[in-house]
Amino acid sequence: MVQPLNYLSETTSQTAGPYVHIGLAPAAAGFDIFEKNFSHVIAGPQTRGTRIRIEGRVLDGTGTPVRDVLVESWQANSEGRFNHPDDTQAKALDPDFRGWGRSCSDFDTGVFLLDTIKPGSVPWRDGRPQAPHISLWIVARGINIGLNTRLYFSDEEAANATDPVLRLIEQEVRRKTLIAERQETPEGLVYRFDIHLQGDRETVFFDI
Amino acid sequence: MSSFGTNRPSGPREGDYYQRDLTLHPPAFTPIYKTSVTRSPQKALLSLEQGIGEITGPVFTADDLGPLDNDLILNYAKTGEPIGERIIVYGRVLDENGRGVPHTLVEFWQANAGGRYRHKKDTYLAPIDPNFGGCGRCLTDENGYYSFRTIKPGPYPWRNYVNSWRPAHIHFSIFGRSFTQRLITQMYFEGDPLIDVCPIVKTIPDPEAVKRLIAPLDLRATVPLDCRAYKFDIVLRGRRSTLFENRLEGN
Repeated sequence: MVQPLNYLSETTSQTAGPYVHIGLAPAAAGFDIFEKNFSHVIAGPQTRGTRIRIEGRVLDGTGTPVRDVLVESWQANSEGRFNHPDDTQAKALDPDFRGWGRSCSDFDTGVFLLDTIKPGSVPWRDGRPQAPHISLWIVARGINIGLNTRLYFSDEEAANATDPVLRLIEQEVRRKTLIAERQETPEGLVYRFDIHLQGDRETVFFDI
Repeated sequence: MSSFGTNRPSGPREGDYYQRDLTLHPPAFTPIYKTSVTRSPQKALLSLEQGIGEITGPVFTADDLGPLDNDLILNYAKTGEPIGERIIVYGRVLDENGRGVPHTLVEFWQANAGGRYRHKKDTYLAPIDPNFGGCGRCLTDENGYYSFRTIKPGPYPWRNYVNSWRPAHIHFSIFGRSFTQRLITQMYFEGDPLIDVCPIVKTIPDPEAVKRLIAPLDLRATVPLDCRAYKFDIVLRGRRSTLFENRLEGN
């Protein structure tokens, strides 16, 4: 007999369920309990960078908006550095930017919002620049394990064309599922991004 | 060639997180749990190596929390304490190497003793408890330990099959050190006969993986004449140990 390897097994995922808001965003569930709440507002008053709003929906296999979804986002600051000790790039941290947000879709419309700044470029593993992007994680009733995807920007065509992750997607038609559409509105810069869980336009999800 | 760009200082550092073993998790499409049918991706996930954005994640501190956030008996008490069986839930957040995950955010939510959530969409006929919010959160300590005090949640019916009942459970959300470790799961209670008939539990293909979601009663951690205790350890994805620039494949 050889020695056992003795690794532990990862705890199994279970769906976040229809009442995920109670724990992660109580105000959306209809009550106030915590002194400090997490929200979809990622950029603070002092955050450096171009203010943007992400506005999107998560659609199920029938094209119906998922009205009880929770979306989390993770991104670099405007210079392309993550606020985390494992990012050791020699770029400035932004003291007013954690880079993380959490958004519940509206119970009527299914729209989720993220108020943030446009991230800078972050190098890929081999040093090549990645196009600016935001990582997203999606949980809801009926989703057995959280889904990872990325949001890229429609006004970064040149950077998107050479992005090492977008280029991994074999079917070029599917790369478009990760591109948010820029819209200039009276309220500011908005990027529209719908996530399709199934079907012809199914969003590319990652096994990371 | 340097990993993660040219600005990285030389010397040892931590490597990538282990590949997730998807056989331990429910597949996306599980018709026994009906809602998954229209909400499951049908195309294969794209396998992606981890870049800086994957091995990092949000950092939380005690400043994010309030003093009663880990005490569900007191954190929504209005006219008295909530009705139900008083319990402590404690355990450790570990990685697959058995190392404690320090200072990470753990959030939890649950139904009240009657099986009803304080959620505007929950219309189950069991009463709302005026003194119970049903949610809390804490940071693990430097060794990965966490604990909180609450009321044992009740089981409740739901519209999967007409006669489907959820076993008593507490939802857990855990961040870990990186976005790749992000996990939501549910803790069940030892001895609950509804575990074996729950369609959501049955989405898990591996019976051993189900057992790891069931918290045992721990009489030693129980506070006599006050509060029983249940132990629930949570394992997040592990990470290759120190990796040297001249051995990028890991060690």
